[in-house]
Order: sequence, then structure tokens, then C-alpha cells
Amino acid sequence: MKTQRPQWPAALAFAGWLAALCALTVGNLANAANPSTADHTKYKELQQAFQSGPEVTKACLSCHTEAAKQVHKTKHWTWEFLNPENNQRLGKKNVMNNFCISISQNYAFCTSCHAGYGWKDKNFDFSSENNVDCLVCHDTTGNYKKLPGLAGHPVYKEMEFPPGSGKIVKPVDLTTVAQKVGKTSRDNCGACHFFGGGGDGVKHGDMDSSLAAPDKELDVHMDASGADFTCGTCHKTSSHEVPGSRFTPTAQDKGGVHVRGKADTSNPATCQACHGNQPHPVNLTKLEDHGNKLNEHTSKIACQTCHIPAIARGGVATKLSWDWSTAGKMGPDGKPMTRKDDKGHVTYDSKKGDFVLGENVVPEYFWFNGKVKYTLLGDKVDKSKGVTPINRIEGNPSDGRSMIWPMKVMRGKQPFDPVNQTLVMPHTAGNDDIGYWKNYDWEKAIADGMQNMGAPFSGKVDFIQTEMFWPITHMVAPKENALDCESCHSDNSRLQNVKGIYMPGRGDNNKLLDTAGWALALLTLLGVIIHGAGRIYMSYRKG
Amino acid sequence: MSEKIYVFKVFERLWHWSQASLIIFMLITGFEVHGSYHLFGFGQAVNLHTIAAWTLIGLWVFAIFWHFTTGEWKQYIPTMDKVLAMIKFYSVGIFVHAPHPFKATQLKKHNPLQRLAYLGVLLFIGPLLWFSGWFYLFFGDWSAWGLDKYLSLEWVAFFHTAGAFMMLLFLIAHVYLTTAGHTPTSHIKAMITGWEEVD
Repeated sequence: MKTQRPQWPAALAFAGWLAALCALTVGNLANAANPSTADHTKYKELQQAFQSGPEVTKACLSCHTEAAKQVHKTKHWTWEFLNPENNQRLGKKNVMNNFCISISQNYAFCTSCHAGYGWKDKNFDFSSENNVDCLVCHDTTGNYKKLPGLAGHPVYKEMEFPPGSGKIVKPVDLTTVAQKVGKTSRDNCGACHFFGGGGDGVKHGDMDSSLAAPDKELDVHMDASGADFTCGTCHKTSSHEVPGSRFTPTAQDKGGVHVRGKADTSNPATCQACHGNQPHPVNLTKLEDHGNKLNEHTSKIACQTCHIPAIARGGVATKLSWDWSTAGKMGPDGKPMTRKDDKGHVTYDSKKGDFVLGENVVPEYFWFNGKVKYTLLGDKVDKSKGVTPINRIEGNPSDGRSMIWPMKVMRGKQPFDPVNQTLVMPHTAGNDDIGYWKNYDWEKAIADGMQNMGAPFSGKVDFIQTEMFWPITHMVAPKENALDCESCHSDNSRLQNVKGIYMPGRGDNNKLLDTAGWALALLTLLGVIIHGAGRIYMSYRKG
Repeated sequence: MSEKIYVFKVFERLWHWSQASLIIFMLITGFEVHGSYHLFGFGQAVNLHTIAAWTLIGLWVFAIFWHFTTGEWKQYIPTMDKVLAMIKFYSVGIFVHAPHPFKATQLKKHNPLQRLAYLGVLLFIGPLLWFSGWFYLFFGDWSAWGLDKYLSLEWVAFFHTAGAFMMLLFLIAHVYLTTAGHTPTSHIKAMITGWEEVD
């Protein structure tokens, strides 16, 4: 007999199926967001109350046994680089710039961006594995922060920061951070690289916090709602070695596209490593795209020249010049002061001098073959010879290896020793009685910085004009925003200072030929007009 | 009563006027690429100039074929006969309505000065523009062809521009001299209708 059976089992089954589906979907979504095969919250090693960064590292290394050894080999750890082309000893440990100048005697402040713990003076132990900082590159919580002055350590105990500000910084929950480690994101790299030179966007111009979640217009690859590249998508890292270098940049890449199965030893972070050397599609039905002509440009013009129309496009200003010679002026109250422009950018700071900042800055363009030579401590500088390049970039139109590159040129005036004729490394940061930012005494600050390096200092201080070249490669705009032909092929060409190449439309034409040509054309025209007038006149007279 | 002869055939007239338009158009776009003024914008001017160049090359292929198959190429064989008479006519005779020293026929449609001028265009200005233009156009392939050691864009552009100025001078003189036929309009009419009025 057919009776009405209760519907409950079916309903329950349906509800169960629905729940399972939901769970699966959520699970899949979670997997899609984090494809890792490891859930670090489940590791016993990480289920402890960590007291310090090195303790976390020790736990990491208990599984990732080779990680610290790998990091030890990288510039992120050594801050040192031997340029194989000219044997210059470079790296942040050795070079100077015309921003905060150098790390000598400022270690505890500068090394808040060191991938390690405890580099507070020149005696830091570079062989210590536990002093490698895993978290700064692998934190996914965004809560792991290393403050200047702590020699690369995060905050372990509640502290006032900046000192005297009355603002309290809470300690980092190392256990949570350690359990939520993951792949390096834009935020991880950006924590240091967006803030180079002492503040957001200051140093590079093509890297600032706006790249943490950029739109397509700002960066066509990193577009957070589009391709969403991380830094590592291009700087394809293996064994903790991040490819790409400002000391030996790849100015020209003829290696072609990197593909699986092919031994690609070249820099994977170039445009060409993905796009090749003929990247513009040639379509005979769309001649207005100029694909063929544009591809011809790729032998001389770096991709960046056309595809990064301006830097500092994300709303963060970059520093364009820094004049240390005006530092030390006090406000009316006798205390250090700052001045700001109408956009709120600091343009004067008693500690640092005068600044010029800019947004949407058009880069400058130079022939560049990838060779860079630094002016290092001890190298002779001469004030009477004009501007001293901190890094000389090499290149010319005929060496076959140079391309026209966009650069941010950082200009400045910085202290030097007029007797020994060398640049100097002053001790600036620090809550002591030497650092310039507290005591405003150049002689003392420089003597300390130089003594730390074992470098001679005469005791005399003067200021010298310097410039520093920063090849531009980030903030690639969508193709619609790339430069048009007229940006360069016109009389107010962006490339007007780039010599040694003939560019139609830029006014490179032979002036003598032009004068002669137009004069002859005019004379011919006059000739035929007179001849014609003569004929008309004669025929009237006759008629 | 003037006599009329059929001088210019359909293809010849079509060739002439398309070539004239293309050359004028290429002068306009070319001097913009050169940087003399702004009209279409550099990129567009390059495009139009390139398209016109290939069109003209296509036209020339037909024209060369036509000239050789019809034997019309003989029209350009230079002759010094009556050259002085022509010069004298243009500088004196034309003002006093002296009779034209040359009588066009189907076998000799160009006067001796025309022959010389057109031959100059065909053998000198033309090739100068073609070759410099091709090198200009294929700048990107120089290194692949092993030519980058021997060529500089600056000189290629120089010769191309020089050719363009010569073509401009020719154009001005040529346009004016179209009025120097038996009547001021007889040459132009001939190039439109094919029929030239002769005395």
C-alpha cells in the first residue's frame, strides 16, 4: 500500500548534500587562495610562545634545513656585491647614495630592512643561521613590522615609537605570524623596497606603496583586480636568490622568451623574458598599430622608455633632489623644524636640509649598456669639476649593447672632505651625542662614520653636488597609455638630449639641405610666377 | 581650325593622375615626417607615407610593364634635336606668341625638353627616392642584412630629403609648363581627355 511516507529523510539528505556542497566550495575557494600543501598552524614546532625573531627562525630551520644557508648567499643578507665586471665592492654595506648617504654607524636604523636580526654595528655575525629573518619576507598577516633603531628586530615589548612621540607600539604576536607564513607578496617586498631612502616612494620613483594594490593604469601586470603579479612573478626566485640587480642591470636582452625545457640562464625579470624582442603584433589590416615600426624600435629603445610614461603615478611623491648643505637651520623657537609644500610634502627638515619632490615625473633618458661604476669611499672627487656622479652609467649609441633607458636622476648636495677630496659617511641616526640628527654637528658625525670604516677624515667639511641614476622599470602602464610617436618624434622630443642617433621629426635634419631645398623651391615658384605674369602681360599688350 | 590628335591612352592618363596624386600626397606626408610642419601627426604621417609608397610601387610595376609591352618607353629616349629651339621658345617665343617649335604626334608625344626632364625624373630623382626610401623603410633590418656598418640613417634621410626637394622643384616647374602648350589649357586637356590640340 502506498502511503505518504514522511519526507524528512529526503529533506535531511538534501540539506546534507547542500551543506557538503557549500563546504566543498568554501574549501575549494580556500585552496584556490592558498594552494600550499602545508598548514603551518598544525606544526608542533610553531605551537609555542616565541620570545624573539631568532627563536622563530630556529623553529623554521628545524624543517627548512637549508633555508638560512641559502639566504646567507644573497644580497638580502650580505648587503654586499662584488661587481664581476669591474671588481668594485658594492652592496648597501659599501656604497653611498645621495639620500641618507650610507649605513656606517647608522646600522641599527638602516638594518630594520636587513633580512636578519641584530646587525647593530660592523661586528655583526654573518654566519649565524638563527639571525636570518624568515618572517619579514614570509609574513602574510601584515602585522610583522621592524622599526628603525632595533637592528632588524621587530617589537618584542611595548615601546614608545618614535621615542618621545608618546605613541605606543604593541609587540608583534610572533606565534600567530609564524603559523601564518606563506609565499612572499608585494607587501613583503614593499615593506622595504617601497620605502627606500627613508620614506614612501622616496628613492625609486617607480616603487612605492601604491604598488601594494595597484590598478591597471598604474601597473598593468600587478593590477590587483587583473593579472595581480607579485614581485616574484618576474623576479623569479629560486633557493632564495632573487634575480635582478641595480649594480649589474640587464640593459639589453636578446635572449628571447623563457620557456620550459630551455636552459634559460639570463635574467628572468626583463620584459623580453616573457615578451620577446618583437612584442608588437603586426597586423596588415591594422596598420595604424604600427606593429612593424614599433618592433624596429626594440633594437635601440628599452621597453620601459615607451611603456612607463611617467614615474610616481600612484599618488605618492618621489624625492628628486636633496640638499644636505642647508640642514641644521632651526626654527624661531630654536628647535628643529620642518616646512611643507601645499600638498603636505616635507620640503625642509632641519635634520636633512631641502628637498624637491614630484609626482607624475617624466624620467630622463640615456644610452645605457648595463655597466655601472660607483664613486666609492676613498675615490677622489673634485668640486671644481661640477656634478659628481654617485654612479656613472655607461652607454653610447654605437657599442651595440646600449639602449635608450628611462632614468630617475636623483640630484643632491652632500657633505664631503675637501682636503682628502672624498665623499664621506656621516653618522646621522641615533639617540646618542654624535649622530647629526640629534646634535647637528657635521665634524663629529662624519669623524665617527669615517672612523668606523677605517677611512681618513681631515676634519674639514664642505658640500658637493652629486647625481645618482636609477633605471626605471616598474609601473608599466597599459599599452593605451604608452608614449605616442610624437612624444619623441617632435621638436619638443622627450629624447632631445639623447645624442648620436638620427630621429625623423626631432629636428635632426640637415639644416643646409633644408635651407637650400626650400630656397630653390621658392625661387622656382617665383620664376614660374614671373614667367606666367610676363606671358599674360604680353598677351594683353598684343591683344 | 585646330587639329586634334590622340596622345595619351587611358592607362597612361590613369597612371599619370594617380602618380601625380601619390607624389603630392607623399610630399605632404614626407615633409611632415621630416619635421617641417604638423598636419596628420607623426605616426599617422609615417603610415600614410608608407601606404602611398607601396601603392606607387605597385603602380610602377604596371607602368613599367605597360611601357615595355607597348614600346612607349621609346618616348623617353633623349634627343638634343630642337632642344635649343625649345629653350628659345620658353624664354622668348612664348611671350610673343611665336609658333611652338615642337609638334606632338603619337610617336613623339613629348617635346625634347620634356624628354630630358622626364628621363631625369625616371633615371635620377626616382631611383634616388626609391632606394633611400627603401633603406629608410627597412631600417630595422639593416643589422640582419649586415648593412648597419655601411649605412647611417642620417645620410639615408639626407638623400631621401634631397630627392624630395628635387621632386618638389620638378612638380612646380611641371605644373607651370602644362600651361605652355599650344594654348594654356591644351596640355591639361590632353592629359584628361587624351586628345591634344595641335596647330
